[in-house]
Amino acid sequence: MSLNSKIPAGSIQEKWTTYKSTCKLVNPANKRKIEIIVVGTGLAGASAAASLGELGYKVKAFCFQDSPRRAHSIAAQGGINAAKNYQNDGDSVYRLFYDTIKGGDYRAREANVYRLAEVSSNIIDQCVAQGVPFAREYGGLLSNRSFGGTQVQRTFYAAGQTGQQLLIGAYQSLERQVALGNVEMYARHEMQELVTIDGKARGIIAKNLVTGALERHSAHAVLICSGGYGNVFYLSTNAMGSNVTAAWKAHKSGAYFGNPCFTQIHPTCIPVSGDHQSKLTLMSESLRNDGRIWVPKKQGDTRNPNDIPEEGRDYYLERRYPAFGNLVPRDVASRAAKERCDAGYGVGASKMAVYLDFKYNIMHKYGKAEATKQGIAHPDNATLYALGKEVIKAQYGNLFEMYEKITGENPYEVPMRIYPAVHYTMGGLWVDYELMTTIPGLYALGEANFSDHGANRLGASALMQGLADGYFVIPYTIGNYLADEIGTGAIATDHAAFVQAEQNVQSRMEKILNIKGAETVESFHKRLGKIMWDKCGMARNEKGLKEAIAEIQQLKKEFWSNVRVPGAINEFNTELDKAGRVADFIELGELMCVDALNRNESCGGHFREEFQTEEGEALRQDDQYSYVATWEYKGDSEFELHKEDLNYEIVHPSQRSYK
Amino acid sequence: MEHYTMNLTLKVWRQKNNNEKGSFETYQVKGISSEMSFLEMIDVLNEQLIVEGKEPIAFDHDCREGICGMCSMHIDGRAHGPWAQTTTCQLHMRQYKDGDTIVIEPWRAAAFPVIKDLAVDRSSFDRIIQAGGYVSINTGNAQDANSLPIEKQKADDSFAAAACIGCGACVAACPNASAMLFVSAKVSHLALLPQGAPERKERALNMIAQMDKEGFGSCTNIGACEAECPKGISLDNIARLNREYIGAMFAGDK
Ligand SMILES: Cc1cc2nc3c(=O)[nH]c(=O)nc-3n(C[C@H](O)[C@H](O)[C@H](O)COP(=O)(O)OP(=O)(O)OC[C@H]3O[C@@H](n4cnc5c(N)ncnc54)[C@H](O)[C@@H]3O)c2cc1C
Ligand code: SF4
Ligand code: FES
Repeated sequence: MSLNSKIPAGSIQEKWTTYKSTCKLVNPANKRKIEIIVVGTGLAGASAAASLGELGYKVKAFCFQDSPRRAHSIAAQGGINAAKNYQNDGDSVYRLFYDTIKGGDYRAREANVYRLAEVSSNIIDQCVAQGVPFAREYGGLLSNRSFGGTQVQRTFYAAGQTGQQLLIGAYQSLERQVALGNVEMYARHEMQELVTIDGKARGIIAKNLVTGALERHSAHAVLICSGGYGNVFYLSTNAMGSNVTAAWKAHKSGAYFGNPCFTQIHPTCIPVSGDHQSKLTLMSESLRNDGRIWVPKKQGDTRNPNDIPEEGRDYYLERRYPAFGNLVPRDVASRAAKERCDAGYGVGASKMAVYLDFKYNIMHKYGKAEATKQGIAHPDNATLYALGKEVIKAQYGNLFEMYEKITGENPYEVPMRIYPAVHYTMGGLWVDYELMTTIPGLYALGEANFSDHGANRLGASALMQGLADGYFVIPYTIGNYLADEIGTGAIATDHAAFVQAEQNVQSRMEKILNIKGAETVESFHKRLGKIMWDKCGMARNEKGLKEAIAEIQQLKKEFWSNVRVPGAINEFNTELDKAGRVADFIELGELMCVDALNRNESCGGHFREEFQTEEGEALRQDDQYSYVATWEYKGDSEFELHKEDLNYEIVHPSQRSYK
Repeated sequence: MEHYTMNLTLKVWRQKNNNEKGSFETYQVKGISSEMSFLEMIDVLNEQLIVEGKEPIAFDHDCREGICGMCSMHIDGRAHGPWAQTTTCQLHMRQYKDGDTIVIEPWRAAAFPVIKDLAVDRSSFDRIIQAGGYVSINTGNAQDANSLPIEKQKADDSFAAAACIGCGACVAACPNASAMLFVSAKVSHLALLPQGAPERKERALNMIAQMDKEGFGSCTNIGACEAECPKGISLDNIARLNREYIGAMFAGDK
């Protein structure tokens, strides 16, 4: 099958407007006859389910947590971008578009990204109208901060809890639709299989996680909004339950997977403290606005950081990238931290950490400003510190507390220790301009799709994309498909395709339970994570990737012959649920390595050691790899590559420079 | 910070499902690092149980960073354990020392039936939100965000109320199993903003009515909820809710 991205004709500024005014519509009476399944209630899913319910479609929404309000989006800290230009600092739709394309290292589709930038403003309006309490200035207007990879202030935020506030906004709208009877909510339900009939997505098999019962749900369209797959690495900043199962089952049913190897490693996370570690905690990128990153100039320096004088510190980001300094994009900042630690300058017990230090800004930026405001003429250091600390607290208080709870150290007193960790996956189900996958009637939204971030996502752009997809894109594009479905009528769940899909799920669960082996699911997950981190993580090379593929195939064999899962199917069995997710992660891990091996270049978060400039920066191979690597599932360990060529009409790819 | 390891005795509530009766089981765990989180300690126990051929302890958790509101353990008689303003998942083992015994139970409230072991059903909270915890605005209806200036203090207060994670610790901590702190946080979040004003009265009335219907107890101003709330939701919100409710009850123009 050839890939048709369905990009509308016309200039980039006109494409979306033209599309909206010419796409097919479904009239209100017909909408009530059409059912839509939304898998996931994070920002993408909740916003889509609410908006589609408002339009009058019959919606069923699913999530595996006990409430839609708990989706992983809740944990997003730093903020959401929008091209409002409220700061009058030169922002525009074009600049947000340009920054995103460049930040993504020229591996994203221009038309999608432009649309994203275009609708970004509407998102902020919508959220404020819902009652999202964004940070405000004393004049009552909205406040902004900067994020990496940009030189304007376009990030809207609610302290360090932006995702929480945005999700609660979407969740409230969703619950309103539930109350109105337009959306049926299925919490503690997990999609286990996609059902297709005559090549079209027609429903899902979901497992009721409380009773273990399998349920058949039919619909005229299915939306996968199940989030990212960073947990393939075992340790990541994702919530413990985040998984790839919904997307992977869709892939195995025929949906192509785009750029699976594009993973984002976030530079500022709390370092691993030991083997017991179950997840990693992010310290928001917004901290890089006010924190300076450094390591000692002396290798293996074990002095207390506060005892190391200015001249003994290497502010390596400011040194290497004077134009962007601590605000370089994530991939660049992460590699720079790894480089320093690998070279022996790391700090902390493990030596795999760098400092993120707020002292300078507490004293000189905020302390001084506050002193001036309060008319204190010659403040001493203690006064400056006390004044500045309050400002920092107001902006990042919850993050500082989180850091202290985890590490037992007070980050107002000693610099934070941070290290990169897996955070986000740019890859995902391939979608066209309408967010439709290669299966008609199957859509993917939010982090689950591959679309807008190319090889590296800029900070505060995932929340924007999830909400753009759900609030402002899918309500239009889905109509264009459903307009031809109004005559279909209800889809019977006793169709052979449903029976077969349910049987597949049932026998797979039985198989897992009957292995009764010796090794726990957790242990397999950890082993997979180690292979992925060592060989398909921050730096990759041909030899390592080939080894990883062999090791993962071996791991898969062991899993299916030696995993131990206690309990039964017809009960609340979290171990069985986890086993299913890990089995899918193992298969995905292999595809990620296959994709990383195929891509003989470095771009964004994908760093192939064989392809770097003399200064150690990523070296793209535009003549050969300016495409989306899109994979078709052909059977166990068999994937066929299809390419979607990327044509840059507006932004001309060049070597990214943040110097 | 000095790190150390410890051996512990755990008394954990085990209950197969909502129909069967539960009881405490005692377990020993060894070599627990002071750097672990509380849930990582439970992970160690569960791995041990699986290897011994026993069923692991079912418990709810997801983000493990204190924001999703999913974790819900009653530890040594306190909702979310001994640390102030801390969720179960953020509690760390440096709180404990070698030889300690820890008692772990689920949230106990009629409106939160036990599903299994330490996991309970909190869907009653979602239904309270369905009763009115929103602003009725459809996608696409919004005006420019800055056309509605909001006093910073009001926005900050609203945010402080909106920080509620819906965990239910307030209910678990309350001798009456009242949900007033949760409901008041939501009502305050929206009542403090101009966007929430048009539906203010119905919201307070309907959410309280739903709360009563779900079987939560009444509030007798004990204050245990505030003391155990991991997000520091203040009792002031309950006072505000009472004002909103009374105002709505007596409003002739409702
Ligand atoms: C710690 C952290 C901080 C972040 N901070 C920021 C930030 O400041 N700014 C920013 O822009 N981005 C940030 N991100 C990224 C951003 O939060 C995510 O990319 C985004 O929230 C994903 O939203 P989503 O709706 O696609 O998926 P999610 O929020 O992950 O939701 C997935 C949903 O799918 C459901 N689900 C999954 N599988 C199944 C299944 N099989 N069956 C049924 N349901 C299923 C889940 O229950 C859930 O409801 C951050 C990420 C992390 C980890
Ligand atoms: S008020 Fe506090 S304790 Fe109650 S649900 Fe909200 S966060 Fe939890
Ligand atoms: S697991 Fe999310 S708050 Fe504890």
